Amino acid sequence: MPIRETLPSRPDTSERLSREQLAELVAADIAPSSYVNLGIGQPTKVSDYLKPEQKITLHTENGMLGMGPAAQGDQVDEDLINAGKIPVTELPGTSYFHHADSFSMMRGGHLDVCVLGAFQVSANGDLANWSTGAPDAIPAVGGAMDLAIGAKEVFVMMSLFARDGTPKIVPECTYPVTGLGCVTRVYTDHGVFLITEHEGERRLKLREHYGITREELASRLDFDLHY
Amino acid sequence: MTQTAKTAADAVADVQDGSTILMGGFGNAGQPMELIDALLEGGATDLTVINNNAGQGDAGLALLIKERRVQKIICSFPRQSDSWHFDEAYRAGEIELELVPQGNLAERLRAAGAGIGAFFTPTGYGTELAEGKETREIDGINYVLEYPLRGDVALIKALKADEQGNLVYRKTARNFGPVMAAAAAHTIVQVEELVPAGSLDPETVVTPGIYIDTIAVIPTASGQRAQAGAASFSRK
Repeated sequence: MPIRETLPSRPDTSERLSREQLAELVAADIAPSSYVNLGIGQPTKVSDYLKPEQKITLHTENGMLGMGPAAQGDQVDEDLINAGKIPVTELPGTSYFHHADSFSMMRGGHLDVCVLGAFQVSANGDLANWSTGAPDAIPAVGGAMDLAIGAKEVFVMMSLFARDGTPKIVPECTYPVTGLGCVTRVYTDHGVFLITEHEGERRLKLREHYGITREELASRLDFDLHY
Repeated sequence: MTQTAKTAADAVADVQDGSTILMGGFGNAGQPMELIDALLEGGATDLTVINNNAGQGDAGLALLIKERRVQKIICSFPRQSDSWHFDEAYRAGEIELELVPQGNLAERLRAAGAGIGAFFTPTGYGTELAEGKETREIDGINYVLEYPLRGDVALIKALKADEQGNLVYRKTARNFGPVMAAAAAHTIVQVEELVPAGSLDPETVVTPGIYIDTIAVIPTASGQRAQAGAASFSRK
């Protein structure tokens, strides 16, 4: 499934994007009829902005295609949850399957897009999103490593800068990696970046920027930014 | 041959100390709560548990961990907002953790049930979780060699069984049930309803009865989890 390169209507580029605008931007960029996994947490907000005419089918790793919106009130059913263990609903055409099948769909290259959060992404598309490596932390990986290497397109959604101002797109990940060379796009509050093959190497290109000039962006990143 | 246990306690009575137990469920969905409660009461200890998580809240697997019956857990996602019993045991150094990416966990179980000696998977290549493991490049893609995960016992939950042990599940509570059923030497299923052979449409059977050794009927309402213990079942 081809991924749309441009938006029908771009948001105002003079200000950085809110989380909602970012989710809307990602949703608009997903090609019609795609099979999509939205991981857990922040990326699940993308589903709020998917339009029925896009005919997107949502996959959740715990064994379901055709996931609908979060369940409300009487709809809540403990046997019907998403990967974040939030009660959800089913849409007409839903299917259920066991875990080995669910992950075969990822590894087997059947999922068109997954959207994940990240601690860091490297300029060549390595992803770090499962562990900060802190010695006292309890590690947990879930399906992140399977999604990272499985989906045809891996979109990352995150803020471009950490709270201390350091960029989260880096020459090389310093946090433990989730997958190598797997990220194809990075959606951030300050810009959208595409990671593509160029003369045998994967490199990162700025598609558009928000609330920051191209020059300032280039000066704050520790690698050569392509346009 | 599939047997029907009169109670959840009878169903798990033969579980030995030191067993490796495959425990179904993703979070609470599909977790065989009443079988786990019976295991807790039965006193089996030094267990190795394979589950996606490491228990939620104060029920099921979380209580087994609280009581220090689990010496090792193999799972993908132990840390949750309500995994306090695991967190405490782990920080106290009283439980061993083997962290496995979720798809590798499922596939290693599937491999065990399918008689596969090992398999190459791209998941985890180049990460800490593949350190020390054999790797191979096949057609330009890097893979990690992973081995099967077998259980002495599987405890799973399904919606209905027929007298042959054929199972149907309910919504996302299916999750690990089918692969765990095949991967253990002895598989025990708790179901809400046991129906006569011939009552399930053969085309809709998800887990064939060949994988099921013991059925315990726990009639809880769909989507709700009653505190009631096991109820005996008599069809006559």
